[in-house]
Formats: sequence, structure tokens, C-alpha cells
Amino acid sequence: MAMGAAAITDDAVEIAPGVHWVGALDPHLRSFDIILKTANGTSYNAYVVRGENGVAVIDTVKENFSDDFFRRLESVASYDEITTIVLNHLEPDHSGALPELLRRAPRARVYLSTRAQMMLKALLKPSGEKPPAYIPVTTGDSVDLGGRTLSFLHTPYLHWPDTQCTYIEEDGILFTGDIFGCHFCDTRLFNDRVGDFRFSFEYYYAHIMRPFRAYVLDAVALIEPLALNLIAPAHGPILRHLPREYLHRYRELATPRLFNEARSEKTLLVFYLSAYGNTRRMAEAIAAGAERIAGVRVSLYDLEGGDSDIFTDLVEEADGLAFGSPTINADAVKPIWDLLSSLTSVNVKGKLGAAFGSYGWSGEAVRLIEDRLRGLKLRVPVDGLRIKLVPDTGELEQCCHLGESLARHLTGQSEHRELDMAILA
Amino acid sequence: MPRAKVTFQDIDVSVTVPAGTRLIEVSEKVGAGIVYGCREGECCTCLTKIISGAENFAPPSILEDQVLKDNMAPRRHRLACQAQILGGEIVVMPA
Repeated sequence: MAMGAAAITDDAVEIAPGVHWVGALDPHLRSFDIILKTANGTSYNAYVVRGENGVAVIDTVKENFSDDFFRRLESVASYDEITTIVLNHLEPDHSGALPELLRRAPRARVYLSTRAQMMLKALLKPSGEKPPAYIPVTTGDSVDLGGRTLSFLHTPYLHWPDTQCTYIEEDGILFTGDIFGCHFCDTRLFNDRVGDFRFSFEYYYAHIMRPFRAYVLDAVALIEPLALNLIAPAHGPILRHLPREYLHRYRELATPRLFNEARSEKTLLVFYLSAYGNTRRMAEAIAAGAERIAGVRVSLYDLEGGDSDIFTDLVEEADGLAFGSPTINADAVKPIWDLLSSLTSVNVKGKLGAAFGSYGWSGEAVRLIEDRLRGLKLRVPVDGLRIKLVPDTGELEQCCHLGESLARHLTGQSEHRELDMAILA
Repeated sequence: MPRAKVTFQDIDVSVTVPAGTRLIEVSEKVGAGIVYGCREGECCTCLTKIISGAENFAPPSILEDQVLKDNMAPRRHRLACQAQILGGEIVVMPA
């Protein structure tokens, strides 16, 4: 991107006295990790912090941008001054230059989260080198650089298990890794100078952070008491103007948008598609059965009348999910797969899941949906229900029982069962 | 063959299993709430709290022990993908 080209050179950029940006720009990238669109490219932000007794490097860049990183790094520090390397996140776009940095700065000790240790070893495998001296850290740990102290905050799953933030108390600067980042390359670097990047900030949250919403709220709670002059994320603009607004926005994004009328109850969502009304009748009977159990709020949705984005929002808040599909050409129908594939953007781990459907010949849909639910890490304790063509009264009662059973699981009233491994499929 | 009884407290299901079964094999089949990631004892996603009967599992391997330590797992927690059932009665729930 050519915008503001004069704002940046090959040198490091000072973001505060003694603190420099030494990252790299990737303006022509148009998709990131295959799944994200990046109309404005991205940046890989790395930083250098100078203390009286040593220099710290915070994160690195994607490997093929190493030359830019080292050139900028060399403009503000020599390798023998580097005492500290902080890895807030070990994904390759931030650790790509690490093996070479370790070779060039052999004095440096590496500080990383406890959960990053095995990732570090795995990343260094191709270099064939022995892992460097590293120190696992967590909230409350710090490193004294002389006049400047780096304090660590344990903020896991944002968006990998290893993630952490690093804070300079004396300057009120928070290095956040991917959280508060976005894919938006602009040579003007700072949020009060770059083009309008708000869409990118929210898009990044929606696609990268949203599945870890509970961890986002934990991290926000940890960060909120800090004095904040500047947030320095690992991608996108450096947030020096009103940094707390971005923190506040993350809290908003990670909080349900609407008051939940059913918040004191367990919620079961029943989604279905039906070609001839048979799977619909099953869905209605399942919903009716579930409603027999006090403390459960049931909602019924025909997927033919909505789209995945709306339903994804509903799923994020729900306790239990049942999916009904007829079997067509030995498979569940496409809107079911569209919805199920969209659920990777929210956290469904541990929710209750179930499947049902009417079929004509073979009825594969139910088992295929159950497999997908397990793959999404839902628990599927109740066997799905397959009914050949038109459900009769007895079969509709079976559907009611399925609904009841799901509701009992949701409310902790499921009857104790004794099984033998030999009879389990 | 020696048998063991494993109870998944979150779904209130007890399963009789042959000795030597790994917890993952049975928890997935009954739809318990223990969730899995790598299934190779590395990611710690399947961390499981052992309510009782911890002594009825084979001791953790060096690998599992290291992963538990790295992830600051509390006492009486195991990786379901690694924990091998030896016999007796065991009660577990997702961590």
C-alpha cells in the first residue's frame, strides 16, 4: 500500500522514548492463513525495548520478512546488547525470524508462557539447534531491564494456548500479541494516522478471537486495571490514541448483544430442514418433548428460512443443539453443513448435541451429523433418531422422548445408566 | 479379562470396560463432555478430573507427566487420551 509512504523508512520507528517498532509490512497479502481476507494486507509487528541494563526484543516476524526485521532491529540495537527475547505468541508469522535471532543474539534469554514451551521446541526442530535457554513465565513474573520492567500477563487462547501479553509499567505500554490486532497494513503505523481500519479490527475479532470469547473477557479483566498509554499489537495499527477504547470495544464484542430472556433457564435450539414435512414433524415433537421438562427453553428454527450467520449467533449462546435433516443422496442437506461449518467461529465445546431425521432409503444423515458434532467437540450422549419416511404416532412419541432426554441432560436430571463397552458402537 | 467400571459424572453414565482401555475410547462412545484436541498427549485439551479411583489408572508416562506439569494441571488430573484403565472403579469429569 502506498498510502503515507513517507511516514516509514527502512529504520525502526520510535513509538515511545527507548521503545521502537521493528516489524515488517506485507501490503500485498490478500488472504491470511487461507481463511481471512486481507484487502489491505497486513503487518507483522515486533518491538525493541531499551533499558539501562539490556535490550529486549518482543516477538519477531514471518520468516520471509526477516531481512526487514533485522535491518530495523540493527538500526536501534546491536545483537550483543540483546539480553531478552519475549515471545507473546509463537505462531510462525511472529516467530519466523526467531531461529536466526537466536543465532545472532546468543546472550539473550527467551521468556515465554508455560504453554509455549513445547511449541518452541517444535518450531526450532528444522534448525537442528538445541532450544535456547528459556524461562516460562506467567502473571506476576517480570524482567528488569534497568529502569524498565517487563511484566507478563497470562492471557491464554488468544488465539492459541501459548499467548501472553507483556507490559511496561513505567511507560504504560502493553504488547498484546494478536489480541487487539488486525490485518491492516498502513505505513503510517499509528491508529490516529492510518486510514479507517475499524472494519478490519472487528473482522479480526470475529474470525480469530470470537471462538475464545470467555478467554477474551478474562484477558480484558486482567488488562483493565492497568494504566494504558499505548497498546502495541502484533498486527495492524499501533493503538496510541485512546487505547482504552479498543479495550472497551473488545469487552463489548465478547459480551452478548441482547439481554437473554432465557438466561435463568437452559436453552435448547432445534434446527431442521424438511422436504416433505416429516423431519419437521420430528423437530416439533422433539421440541414439545423437551418443553415437558421445567427449566428448559426450547426454540425451533427452519433452516430453509434463515442463514448461517444469524443462527451462529444463536448457537453461541445456547446450551443444547439438535439438528434435523432428511437424507438426500446419502448425505445431510447442504444448509445443515453450511451451519455446522460456520460453528468453528464460536465456542461450542462441551455443548449438548443431537441429530435426527426422516429418510427414504438409507438414512445416513443422522450419523454423519453426529460425527460432525463430536468433531466440533460437542457431547452427544443421546443416540440420534432416524425414522423411515412418515413418522407415526409411536414414532412421534419417540421424538418426544428424545426431546425429554435432551432436556434432562441439560438440567442435570438424566437418569443414571449402566452400560457395557461391548454394546457400544 | 479383568474389568473396570468408569463413571462419567457429567452425564451420569457408568461403563464396564476391559482393563487396558484408554479413557478416550470409552468417553467418546458414551458422549461424555471430555473434549479432545491432538489425541496424542500433547495439547492438554482432554484434561480430566479424577473424582475417585485415580489409583486404578496406569501411572502417567514421562510425556504425559511433562504435559501435565507444563500446563500446571492440578493433582488428580489426567489426559484422557493417555490414561489407561487398569481395573476397579473410577469416577471422572471434564476438568
